[in-house]
Amino acid sequence: MFYLVTVVKAALIVFVILTAAAYMVWLERKVLAHIQLRLGPTRVGPHGLLQPLADAVKLLTKEDLIPPQVNLFFYMAAPFLAVFLALIPITVIPFGPEVTIFGYPTYLELTHLNIGVLFVLAVSSLSVYGVALAGWSSNSKYALLGGLRSSAQMISYELPLAMAVAAPLLMANSLDFREIVNTQAGYYLGFIPKWSIFQMPMPQFFSFILFMIAAFAETNRVPFDLPEAENELVAGFHTEYSSMKFAAFFTAEYINMITICSVATLLFLGGWHPLWPADLGSSFLPTLLFFGGAAIAIFHGLQPARPMDRFTLPAVGVIFGGIGLLFLVPVLQPILIPLFWFLAKTVILLFIFIWIRGTLPRFRYDQLMRFAWTFLFPVAVLNLLVTSFLVAVTSK
Amino acid sequence: MDAILFLLFATLAVIAAINLVVQTHPISSALSLIGVMASLAVLYLLLGAEFLAAVQLVVYAGAIMVLFVFVIMLLNAGAEKRQHSRSLMATILGVPLLAGFLALIAYIIRTNLPKTSPVVFGSFKQGGPQDIGRALFTSYVLPFEVTSVLILIAIIGAVVLARKEI
Repeated sequence: MFYLVTVVKAALIVFVILTAAAYMVWLERKVLAHIQLRLGPTRVGPHGLLQPLADAVKLLTKEDLIPPQVNLFFYMAAPFLAVFLALIPITVIPFGPEVTIFGYPTYLELTHLNIGVLFVLAVSSLSVYGVALAGWSSNSKYALLGGLRSSAQMISYELPLAMAVAAPLLMANSLDFREIVNTQAGYYLGFIPKWSIFQMPMPQFFSFILFMIAAFAETNRVPFDLPEAENELVAGFHTEYSSMKFAAFFTAEYINMITICSVATLLFLGGWHPLWPADLGSSFLPTLLFFGGAAIAIFHGLQPARPMDRFTLPAVGVIFGGIGLLFLVPVLQPILIPLFWFLAKTVILLFIFIWIRGTLPRFRYDQLMRFAWTFLFPVAVLNLLVTSFLVAVTSK
Repeated sequence: MDAILFLLFATLAVIAAINLVVQTHPISSALSLIGVMASLAVLYLLLGAEFLAAVQLVVYAGAIMVLFVFVIMLLNAGAEKRQHSRSLMATILGVPLLAGFLALIAYIIRTNLPKTSPVVFGSFKQGGPQDIGRALFTSYVLPFEVTSVLILIAIIGAVVLARKEI
């Protein structure tokens, strides 16, 4: 039974994560397009919703070029390594509390590790190899420069990242994701959540900001996407890759984003605990949100701006309404509501990633390094010192 | 299950270690070393030292070896050339001397070390971060502090050396 449940959970999580990564690309293109007053993908499916599928087919059927000058073994191994190391940390990330599915009690996570946070840090510190090896084995100057920049950047930003993670760990007094989330349960004055960013004695707001800045650098996103600066390095470390091997790097980047946003949610934003207590009605928020979305979609469907909207928008409305109704079923509530809060926080963080890509320009390389070592690192050390002092003073 | 995992990763560690010496290209050697360290981390995990396993990955595979690989890439070191002309002495005496040396080590270990009971996987439970921290700051506080000072000296030395070149 245990093995069966584990296999089912593993298959489900891999499917969900890979689909989510594909739809992150769609979301990113749509949001960026709307920030720049464009429409984004609209051709494949309603509102371009089938675009990820079309992209996958395109990438799979493209010719897989292998340049003659590459170091073949490492050239082939690098994209594999990138995806492998991106998927591993997902195994220890819990998505919700203990639930009972068909009478079988289980946790909404793949494995329980009492050093989960350390494990995620360890594997993410290895993920630099995928990028560095890709850059080096391509045997091209743009790829090599991209790979070198990436390794230097990831080593530099790992320090403030680990320091920022250490501060909430001090307050939770554990390295176990489940326990860390449990210490963030409850409310001050009945309505202020005890999430790490609000928790006494030292609200971890600064750690959260530091963590997010370092996370942008770790995942090679704007404004720290120097490894793939298009106007200087063509495409950086994956210049020489095509077809599915290019897609592997792309997927790995998006999976890393999802992982790091989940970790931020668990460490700083209280995991699956709602923003306000359930007795003040937080359990009805998902239903209300989905019903609101359904109402807006149906309203616009009745006054179609484009001919196809008459059919697509009411369909979207009906689906949203159905999902909203699911949240009212008492049997499903203990599973769905924690999942909703966890996913809502993670998706908001992911949206911030895209938002910042749409608004900020890229750093210069020396600015990037100076920022990490002369500002981010000292601030992280100071934050850790103040937190540990306050924790030591207030603990019994 | 534990025995299978142990044999798998122990074999992997030995193969990677041999590969590390045999390979001519520095990058291949460095990556083999990472393979050795990752396999060792899994062995630590099997023995119940999960904190040590994570630290092994973070510090050795994640930090030190990244720096190694980084420097190799930066220097763009190519494959080294092996000298194939060995001396006559090494060819004739090499294998017997090596066998004798190994036999001597095996003999010393068998006679001098006390009889030990075999390791049982999962019997050791004091490998968590709390236990390591407590041991480090109570019974091993002097070695810990001495090592800290040593590392501090190394850092200051590195800064001084780097500053001269600017």
